[in-house]
Amino acid sequence: MPTGLEVRGLSKRFGGLVVAEGIDLDLAPGARTALIGPNGAGKSTFANLVTGILRPSAGTIRFDGRDIGRLSERQRVSLGIAKTFQITNLFTRLTVRENLRLPVLEREGRCMRMFRPAQGDPEVEAEVDALIRQFDLEPLADRPVSDLAYGQQRLVEMALTLALRPRVLILDEPAAGVPSSETHLITDAIEALPGDLAVLIIEHDMELVFRVAASIVVLVNGRILTEGTPDTIAADPEVRRLYLGGEDG
Amino acid sequence: MRNLILPLACLLAAVAAFFVFPYDLAFLTRIVIMIVFVLSIDLVLGYAGIPTLGQAAMYGSGAYAAGLFSIHVWGDPLAGLAVGALAGAAIAALSGLVVMRARGLTLIMLTIAVAAILHELANRARGLTGGADGLRGIRVDPVLGLFEFDFIGRTGYWYALAVAVAVFVLLAVIVRSPFGLSLRGIHESPARMTAIGASVYWRQITAYVIGGAVAGIAGALAAQITQLVSLEVFAFALSAEAVIMLILGGTGRLTGAVIGTTLFMTVEHIAAANDPFNWLFVIGALVLAVVFFLPAGLIALPRALTGLIVDKGGRDADRT
Ligand SMILES: Nc1ncnc2c1ncn2[C@@H]1O[C@H](COP(=O)(O)OP(=O)(O)O)[C@@H](O)[C@H]1O
Ligand SMILES: [Mg+2]
Repeated sequence: MPTGLEVRGLSKRFGGLVVAEGIDLDLAPGARTALIGPNGAGKSTFANLVTGILRPSAGTIRFDGRDIGRLSERQRVSLGIAKTFQITNLFTRLTVRENLRLPVLEREGRCMRMFRPAQGDPEVEAEVDALIRQFDLEPLADRPVSDLAYGQQRLVEMALTLALRPRVLILDEPAAGVPSSETHLITDAIEALPGDLAVLIIEHDMELVFRVAASIVVLVNGRILTEGTPDTIAADPEVRRLYLGGEDG
Repeated sequence: MRNLILPLACLLAAVAAFFVFPYDLAFLTRIVIMIVFVLSIDLVLGYAGIPTLGQAAMYGSGAYAAGLFSIHVWGDPLAGLAVGALAGAAIAALSGLVVMRARGLTLIMLTIAVAAILHELANRARGLTGGADGLRGIRVDPVLGLFEFDFIGRTGYWYALAVAVAVFVLLAVIVRSPFGLSLRGIHESPARMTAIGASVYWRQITAYVIGGAVAGIAGALAAQITQLVSLEVFAFALSAEAVIMLILGGTGRLTGAVIGTTLFMTVEHIAAANDPFNWLFVIGALVLAVVFFLPAGLIALPRALTGLIVDKGGRDADRT
């Protein structure tokens, strides 16, 4: 039985606008794949199709051989498909700790419990503490997220998604808005991800991409332009012209 | 245990009020009942973030159910409260299935519509409810078979206060639970709650049902103590005023509901007695002042004052 994520012929139209067209993509356990492409290429849309926030116009999405294309976002989360948001989406008036406690409680199916405190379960707190330590958030742990700088909020965003213990993790521009002095926290966190986790990274920071990705998929106008190892992509003249060229100047 | 200070001070004030204002027990009892009602709105609106202007639907259902129960079935007050809670919960569950599918303004309109429909139903069903004349002849047995309701209202006051304390404690436990945390999460970001695997719809319906039960208890208390249920229990003004009381005190804080309700009703009582025509201006000015200067409600006043003097440091997030 095939394991991991298997996307075939995925297409999405918004009215007349085609934002995904016949996308094929596999994500096996342990994959470190980067999805790059210019703004508006359809990268976030692809992530939303896989996680179930959007419904595809055509194509199939399989996970461990099972067709999940008609499952709700919730059902896909419980199967282990999770993503971070390109634009930080946190519980801003809750503390960092509470932000991380929620996904753990939700994952464990404990959120209908009404007669014991949310705070204080040793297993949950140990997990929350470990995430806080991993992302260097200790001094901020009891502050409301609204008090944090945007870069720090990006770290909470990633920690919160990891708290779901996903099997497929899609990171939508995890380093966007993070000051370069803190980018290493994101890179370190990605490198520290469990080896059997399948990771798809959407990112503009090429240094980060080349450091963590084992393969790169280039998306342009909703279609896959090319894919390959970082070396072949870096050498591809068309990629350089269309996408990387803009950054080389 | 700093979090207990304010609620305990409120309880102490309520006990003291019994001895200080022995001739105003009817009014004090109305405040206590209203506090229970506003607490129900705090759970729904303050914690779960469901914008409602129709909580009277559940209050009124609880009032009629408890009134009818005591007339036709059994006069025991606690049984009557249970019936009121069930009626409020049932109406919240039925209407919630539809109402929680909507968002924003549409949701508000739907909550108003539910209360309006029930108002009309109660008006039409004269044979059962007494229609515009109100439901009369409610007789209530002694509480626990021991404390008879007296016409001065002593028993009524202690009874209402005991129920209010029980409701407060129950809600304080619930809002601290994983369920309560998830409601605050929904309030902050429904999209993120869905993304971590929560069913926002069912979670909100559950909150609405619990809030409905509490509102039903408030209605039942009112029916038992005033021994009358009028169509006003479904009035839009009741829902709206209760929301204003909550905003005045501070949403998302249970003690905020207590303080806002007490202040609103006291100001209304005094201002209306002194100037029956212009007292609404006093309330209006009060609300505007709070909205502009204390957007988090009066409960944030001490912190706002210390914030003026001391530099604001770390805030604690454990709230009641
Ligand atoms: N909900 C939507 N309705 C209509 N158009 C959309 C919607 N979401 C995205 N788009 C359009 O789809 C295209 C791809 O967007 P997106 O997936 O966000 O690109 P990327 O993440 O690669 O920058 C853009 O042209 C965008 O305007
Ligand atoms: Mg994007």
